[in-house]
Amino acid sequence: MARFPKPPEGSWTQHYPQLGTGPVSYEDSISPEIYELERAAIFKRAWLNVGRVESIPRKGCYFTKQIKVANTSIIVVRNAEGRVNAFHNICRHRGNKLVWNDMPLEDTSGVCRQFTCKYHAWRYDLDGKLTHVQQESEFFDLDKNRYGLVPVYCDVWEGFIFVNFATQPEQSLREFLGPMITDMEGYPFGQMTSRWCYRSEVNANWKLYMDAFQEFYHAPVLHANQSPTMYSKAAAEAGFEAPHYRIDGPHRLVSTSGVRTWEMDADMRKPIEDICQSGLFGPWDKPDLGELPAGVNPARCDPWGLDSFQLFPNFVILIWGQGWYLTYHYWPTSYNTHVFEGTLYFPQPRTPRDRIAQELAAVTFKEYGLQDANTLEATQSMIESGAVREFLLNDQEILLRHLHKETASWIADYQRNTVGV
Amino acid sequence: MSAKLPAEFADLEPFSDWCVDSEPQRYQKRMTSSMAQMQAFYDAITPRAEEAIAYCDKFPLDDLPEDVTNLMHLLYSMIMVSFPVERWKQPRVPDSGASSLDCVSEPVP
Repeated sequence: MARFPKPPEGSWTQHYPQLGTGPVSYEDSISPEIYELERAAIFKRAWLNVGRVESIPRKGCYFTKQIKVANTSIIVVRNAEGRVNAFHNICRHRGNKLVWNDMPLEDTSGVCRQFTCKYHAWRYDLDGKLTHVQQESEFFDLDKNRYGLVPVYCDVWEGFIFVNFATQPEQSLREFLGPMITDMEGYPFGQMTSRWCYRSEVNANWKLYMDAFQEFYHAPVLHANQSPTMYSKAAAEAGFEAPHYRIDGPHRLVSTSGVRTWEMDADMRKPIEDICQSGLFGPWDKPDLGELPAGVNPARCDPWGLDSFQLFPNFVILIWGQGWYLTYHYWPTSYNTHVFEGTLYFPQPRTPRDRIAQELAAVTFKEYGLQDANTLEATQSMIESGAVREFLLNDQEILLRHLHKETASWIADYQRNTVGV
Repeated sequence: MSAKLPAEFADLEPFSDWCVDSEPQRYQKRMTSSMAQMQAFYDAITPRAEEAIAYCDKFPLDDLPEDVTNLMHLLYSMIMVSFPVERWKQPRVPDSGASSLDCVSEPVP
């Protein structure tokens, strides 16, 4: 018996009839050929989030980012006017990587007035203009205006920095995001400056990890041992149902109801949660964030758990009802490996007590994440066996259906447009 | 040997090797500690936790004296060991054998 009303069609999946209800193939997660197509059709065409503006707060602040799936490294920098620029991280002279520390393939960050190449000291300003060439008179007909850094399309939405590797992006960032995402506008992302960053190298296709975090059907089972037996038992009996799903263009949303664990019997909680007044969902003492934007908590749940906005292709913004948010990035490195980044953002703690509540939420996140990640290698290796080629998805797994379908659709679109070229 | 913690928490001084200032080091210490060691630390600190948090709260977070910073780190370690002690009965979360999740930056303090 459904706890939350479903759409008139009878299910969330049938509400989006283009998705179908049949078994799906995961061929797109085990095929090197499809991975190569994804690189061109998706990662060189879609807007990709590479971080937030708070990480480059002042003029000259920069970071580099190795983006293997697009076969490049970029520099993201705040210029003198406060605008964010992105460039391919390559010197125009002889192709040395322009900004790096000891290890050429490791990312770095810092603040500078200009970029100077380690090799022959060519210099570029914060807008990429070539400003100095060592022994310039030794060159032949060198017009410095023609040899600035190669720009990458870059735009900022609500403090999130996006880049696009297309020669000419087919849509503006705002068009690409669409109304479901832009209706988050006004959420105080910029006030959440207490930040934890996690990273792991995962032996699975990037979409399999996205799948793991875009359904919560697994939660009462995989994570049962995270909670006291009393709680796990109740959670398993109830199963998982989301009150709201939405698909808008290439992007997806699942919204969940919350729990007020602090109103439950003490044996439903772990002792550390009582000590720290916090847990997986975040600190019990919720900050006052004012009125939330229209697009957040769309089912108007009270208590509300979270909204997980899955931005195509590889970016997630997950807003918790308890007044904090996190992001996930899945950066493919091959058809069966990727780098996962999880970043937690809380409001600046006012007191040591606030800070300790955040610490428990962050450590709890990692304990869950380790369990989630461990299923992936197990899944990847067995899908690759080819022993089973079609897999069943239920209505609470609607978003997985959409991601794989959207991936195929971007590839088909790309192939249509490049035929004969 | 000089005390790491405020005098009010001298009873926790035997556990001051848990005053560890970063998540990777706290996690590593958890992975390399026995359940008996973590249980002893947990049993000693949890009854004092509320007093310790209240003590830290007397100071502004951005200007904690060194001994109070150490006490905060001890509380972070309490959180770190609470998972094995309260749930796992082993240092590592079950069913996580092949996975890792490295904390590459965190707030200070």
